[in-house]
Amino acid sequence: MERTGIHELSAAYALDALDADERREFEGHLPHCPECREAVGSFQETASALAHHVDMPPPPPALRERILEQAKRERSNVVPLRTRWILPATGTVAAVAACAAIGFGIWAATLHNRLGERPEAVGLIGAQGSLIVNRSGEGILVVRNVDPAPVGKTYEIWVIQAGRPIPAGTFAGGDRVAVTLTQKIPDGAIVAVTLERAGGVAKPTTTPLFRTGSV
Amino acid sequence: MARDLAHLSDEALVALVARADDSALAELYDRFGHVAYGLALRIVRDPALTEDAVQEAFLAVWRSAARFVPERAKASTWILTLVHRRAVDIVRREEPRRTEPLEAAPQPSANLTEDEAWLRLQRTRVQEALRRLPDQQREALELAYFGGFTQSELADRLGEPLGTIKSRMFTGLNRLRELLADTDREEERWNEPEFTS
Repeated sequence: MERTGIHELSAAYALDALDADERREFEGHLPHCPECREAVGSFQETASALAHHVDMPPPPPALRERILEQAKRERSNVVPLRTRWILPATGTVAAVAACAAIGFGIWAATLHNRLGERPEAVGLIGAQGSLIVNRSGEGILVVRNVDPAPVGKTYEIWVIQAGRPIPAGTFAGGDRVAVTLTQKIPDGAIVAVTLERAGGVAKPTTTPLFRTGSV
Repeated sequence: MARDLAHLSDEALVALVARADDSALAELYDRFGHVAYGLALRIVRDPALTEDAVQEAFLAVWRSAARFVPERAKASTWILTLVHRRAVDIVRREEPRRTEPLEAAPQPSANLTEDEAWLRLQRTRVQEALRRLPDQQREALELAYFGGFTQSELADRLGEPLGTIKSRMFTGLNRLRELLADTDREEERWNEPEFTS
């Protein structure tokens, strides 16, 4: 197919208006054509705006339950990596590295170059959760399944820029933690969490238990 | 129960879904289930098949969330694209194709949740942009997107050459994108005087 012809198909593809053969042919072309990939992305966003065109009745409530039940049934087959994050008793490097291997690479969004109206998320290395940051650099740390801090201890959050950690809040642990950081997060900074004595300290005294990639 | 995830972006929820977090999947469903169901119902027209399409699409979200690339698409676009693809594939298996218009079912305006209010705004904005498209382009877009017709079926149905249909869809979608971008800009300068042609 001639070049302009296949470019034009990006609209029909985004509208799902290609038949099975045409779709297959276009999907074979996509990996080789950055222009078409960009056009498809942009056209799909426009096309999906059409989904909001008509007011329709809501789905029956049973559908939600059916989807969630089916998803849970599939979980053990699909994602075998879900592990409860266990606080390393002595903060051993090996344990942190093992956790990092699980979390690393699943989510590596960079934030500062995106302009959505909703905040963005950066994944954590070494724990389940995300750091959510809005455009002005305000952040919320969301972590799941963090063992409760031992008596006399607290988890402390650090915003680290150019190697300099600034204390940004404390929390006690739990199944679902969401803490608003007391410090803004500049571009290029990372956010890390250490275990410190209750009340928090001005400078970290232990190795980070988990952290973000670069924000 | 799942509402403590309400402050997360759609993209953050997909990241949690990639880690097999079913409460994040529930939150995504709470955000997009209504639009997804409405879209699929508009295309498929049969409630049971519509539920199949929505269920398959959300399970596809569940299975493939780790492959979602946030730099490439918004999560909402990704999800609705999956829903649309499933619905179109289902309706193309059904013969004869149902083409009678579906009654819209406006919801009562009392007790709008924040999400419903947002949906309603979106709808007004899309309807306005569609209204400003040339008739033939709007017709091609609507028949393709909501009718589930392939471009060749559209050419037959409208009695036009395939090339004409292709370019109507391309030009129409391009124009719609510009019109939607214009309304975005208008919202940004909502307190400035408005000049319309």
